[in-house]
Amino acid sequence: MKTLDQTSRRDFMKVAAAAGGGLFLGFSWSNSNALPVVVDAKSIAAGTINFNAYLSIGTDDIITIVSPNPEIGQGIKTAFPMVVAEELDADWKQVKTVQGNLDTNIFERQLTGGSGAVPHSWDRLRKAGATARYMLVEAAASTWKVPAAECTTENGKVLHKASGKSLTYGQLAEAASKLEAPKEVQLKDEKNFKLIGQSVRNVDNNNIATGKPLFGLDFYREGMLFALVQRPKAFGLKLKSVNADAAKKMPGIVDVVTFENSVAVVGKSTWQVKKAREALKIEYEKAADLESSADHNRIFSQLMDNGEATVRRKNGDVEAAFKGAAKVIKAEYQCPFLPHSPLEPMNFFAHVREDGVELVGPTQTPDRARAEVAKLTGIAPEKISVEITRQGGGFGRRLAADYVIEAAHVSKLVKAPVKVIWTREDDMTGGIYRPAVRYRFEAALDKNGEMIGYKLRGVGINSGNPTREDNFPSGSVDNLLIDSVEHKSPITTGPWRAPITNFLAYAEQSFIDEVAEAAGKDPVAFRLALLEKAKKSPAGEVKYDVDRMIGVIKLAAEKSNWGKKNGVHQGFSVYFSHRSYVAQVGEVVVEKGKPVLKNVIAAVDCGIVINKSGSLQQVRGGVVDGLGHAMYGNMTFKDGTPDQSNFNGFRLIRMNEIPEVEVHFVENGISPTGLGEPALPPTGGAAANAFYKATKQRLRNQPFINEEAFKGIS
Amino acid sequence: MALFKLSINNRTVEADVEQDTPLLWVLRDNLGLVGTKYGCGIAQCGACTVHLDGKAVRSCVLPVSAVGKSKVTTIEGLSEKGDHPVQKAWDEVDVAQCGYCQAGQIMTAAALLKAKPKPTDEEIVATMSGNLCRCGTYHRIKEAVKVAASKSN
Repeated sequence: MKTLDQTSRRDFMKVAAAAGGGLFLGFSWSNSNALPVVVDAKSIAAGTINFNAYLSIGTDDIITIVSPNPEIGQGIKTAFPMVVAEELDADWKQVKTVQGNLDTNIFERQLTGGSGAVPHSWDRLRKAGATARYMLVEAAASTWKVPAAECTTENGKVLHKASGKSLTYGQLAEAASKLEAPKEVQLKDEKNFKLIGQSVRNVDNNNIATGKPLFGLDFYREGMLFALVQRPKAFGLKLKSVNADAAKKMPGIVDVVTFENSVAVVGKSTWQVKKAREALKIEYEKAADLESSADHNRIFSQLMDNGEATVRRKNGDVEAAFKGAAKVIKAEYQCPFLPHSPLEPMNFFAHVREDGVELVGPTQTPDRARAEVAKLTGIAPEKISVEITRQGGGFGRRLAADYVIEAAHVSKLVKAPVKVIWTREDDMTGGIYRPAVRYRFEAALDKNGEMIGYKLRGVGINSGNPTREDNFPSGSVDNLLIDSVEHKSPITTGPWRAPITNFLAYAEQSFIDEVAEAAGKDPVAFRLALLEKAKKSPAGEVKYDVDRMIGVIKLAAEKSNWGKKNGVHQGFSVYFSHRSYVAQVGEVVVEKGKPVLKNVIAAVDCGIVINKSGSLQQVRGGVVDGLGHAMYGNMTFKDGTPDQSNFNGFRLIRMNEIPEVEVHFVENGISPTGLGEPALPPTGGAAANAFYKATKQRLRNQPFINEEAFKGIS
Repeated sequence: MALFKLSINNRTVEADVEQDTPLLWVLRDNLGLVGTKYGCGIAQCGACTVHLDGKAVRSCVLPVSAVGKSKVTTIEGLSEKGDHPVQKAWDEVDVAQCGYCQAGQIMTAAALLKAKPKPTDEEIVATMSGNLCRCGTYHRIKEAVKVAASKSN
């Protein structure tokens, strides 16, 4: 059994009886069934308790568990409550889960990003459940006048087996609420988990399948106005003049307002403001270079050879290693900009009043949204409420608060509740993309085919550091140099699901495949030998867990029957990102002259799997996402304007284009290390390496569909 | 502006809108039926799929003036209690990740099964490939259509 100390004030859990009866750890939740949109912000203020906590137990045996982190499709609204319910020994059928609003007084790290929610909250959630369980047991023991140690819990009840007595949590809630919360609490041994590791269905399934208003775009308020914003059509332009005369006269239009470089058309329905926006006459002027994709290619070449690079990691003597090499392998890889394309486009509701602001909508970072709106309006954050809706995908796009700030701008200017909606075209052309990057890899082999030198230079456009210098193969090569150059561009970029690694992993794992081939070695054996070296005589610091990486490599090789399948071209890839490890084998079969990726076998080490169903789908979805964007995703620019503006020009993967995906989880009892992103990075490499085996042509640029190997194949 | 009388989910409703307004926005902005989703506005993603006289159509490109006397069914009206075999299969297979596209997927699948109660795998893939799922739940969508087909008469 594990014991956790109460550490910080925020973690310290107090309990109080609420007026309505029942045990409330944290605030009471009276209207959890209320629709539309999850939560009435005022109920928090009206709650009697203000502590960091996640659950309440009603005298009717209904257990309400709050999931504070934004749900964007990663399954947190199901997984978080499962952890609390596990330690509580609750009956899952009696558990109701609700999305928490932003409340930095009681919740920490209330954001979705970096695959970090479960790793961050694992112990906190367990403690929330275990503390309540402890108090319920104490209450039962004192009612029955028996030692607490003789009492057990299961399915929402405390039992005293010797006397055959039992009471439900609802019956005990009031008495338990009068007890002191324990300073220390024992957590379950992982071996005794009953709920964690099971397949639990998405708690919102029924609402989703019946079309209930769950998402930000579904939020409507009496008297609310609709706004569409016209932003500059090219990156590098700024607003010069606006003539809104015609637009203002159109039916349903209430106002046209201008802020920064944006013009907002405000009116009574989405369609009316969309049509009126088309009637705006706007002049822009140049504020920066209007870059085209051809410019970017030229910039890549220039900076690759002559850019002033920032050294990210250096081990040994790279120049000497390359001078003395028996063989040198060199290759360049390139990946384009990508829009995030969550199927629910950006949107947000704002009502800026003199005395406060109400914000409702889809955001991965409610705290940032509030801070930005506070800055804009001069209204104190504590007077700004943020309701977090269910979100139609995020993929990193909703980490930015630009669209929330816009809503606040418009509401402030028109002094009314407003929902700003982005059309798909706005969403795709409105900025914040995965950065475009070119990599140059170089490897030096000695006469035995050992990699003695490794160089990587990443040149990115608004990419920050486009390398992950401490990831594999760092630590396994004695002489290594990783550096990077950045070009600053008016085209806006930001994190995109598995930032950087979503393209670096493909490039690196494909290059490693090239090196293994040049060394005359099996790609799996080659990687394992490097990892053995990183273990036995590491070159510098090793910041990944070598054994976990070896574990997934061996599991993927075993499950795919690596190298032993006739007529199947296998490609290998492994990557460590966001604390978790995933290896994948892609399997290509040539059908009527066309190479087709038929299967992906994934071996995943994300520590303990909380929800088997959600996790399995998270990996499959990650593979589909990784493959789709590697295969088809391409955003290009002409004079600062994106060439693609909707799904007719920007191709997303469809059902007829997906491989089967087989998933194997490593069972090692390690506390969960995150799964929202780690399954995606290895996919591009597994696919590229399998396609290479089938076609003998390397795929060194994304999207693959534009490469020589796919010429004439749609 | 013009007044349109529409048959939606077996109820007659009225909407005073411009005649080129897509049915999607009439449903959402005027009638409060927000289960039908906006994804692309150009009939590429299928999030806005509704039934027009039982057939799957994209409401984002269907002007309200073109609906006429046709009967419109939205996700809210697919079944009274949310127990259409496709809706049940979606839960059983645990299809949804973010869930945003799923109403459109369900409407497309329900129309397919109405026209073809026992579709082949190829027919399922051919039909469902018109609907995008950005989360990549395609494996489960396919499985759920099969489950629904196996359970309906």
